[in-house]
Amino acid sequence: MQIRVQQAPFDFGDECNRFAANRDDTGAVVTFCGIVRAPEHGVLHRMEIEHYPGMTERALAKIAQTATTRWGLQDCLVIHRYGPLAPGERIMMVATASCHRSDAFAAADFLMDYLKSRAPFWKKETTDEGDGWVAAKDADEAALQRW
Amino acid sequence: MKLEVLYFAWLRERIGHPRETVDTQAETVSALITELRAREDRYDLAFSDLDAVRVAVDQDLCDFDTPLAGAREVAFFPPMTGG
Repeated sequence: MQIRVQQAPFDFGDECNRFAANRDDTGAVVTFCGIVRAPEHGVLHRMEIEHYPGMTERALAKIAQTATTRWGLQDCLVIHRYGPLAPGERIMMVATASCHRSDAFAAADFLMDYLKSRAPFWKKETTDEGDGWVAAKDADEAALQRW
Repeated sequence: MKLEVLYFAWLRERIGHPRETVDTQAETVSALITELRAREDRYDLAFSDLDAVRVAVDQDLCDFDTPLAGAREVAFFPPMTGG
């Protein structure tokens, strides 16, 4: 299990290759990558991600540990960036490895639902219409009920 | 007791600083919020809608009725938007 919280960009391809390498006993690797997308209104100039150093790593580790135990994962990786990001940049990724694909898919889905609403990150968008904090969606909170 | 109180995102912006040391006898998070709100308008405004505020005590998410005995760090922030 590996958790990385960093300002620097990551190479999604390299990370996927490294994660999937040397796994004789693994049948499935699932990956997800989150990308800074345009907002519903206006033109996005920049997205700033703030986080709570210390609690962030702790919350991500707890979520990853829960997923590892529940789906018997062989490994999992979470990378989440903070700081200023431009549209199209990669914000974060998760990767899960298990014997069978259903566990790897479910665990990646669970990781994403939980780290959206339970890891201390906040997004602020700067658009041609001004600055604003991205509001949490009720649907994100409701998604946790699935698990 | 002395507590490190941290603010993130729009709570930090409304209050005007990211952290401060607070000398308090508050027994719960709720009591601490009441004390902070009585300080100045900017605190009162920041905590005016508690449905939009989340709290962590010593880096664990918790409820407003959580006791503060033995706590070192309390953080206030809006609902999280990771991913």
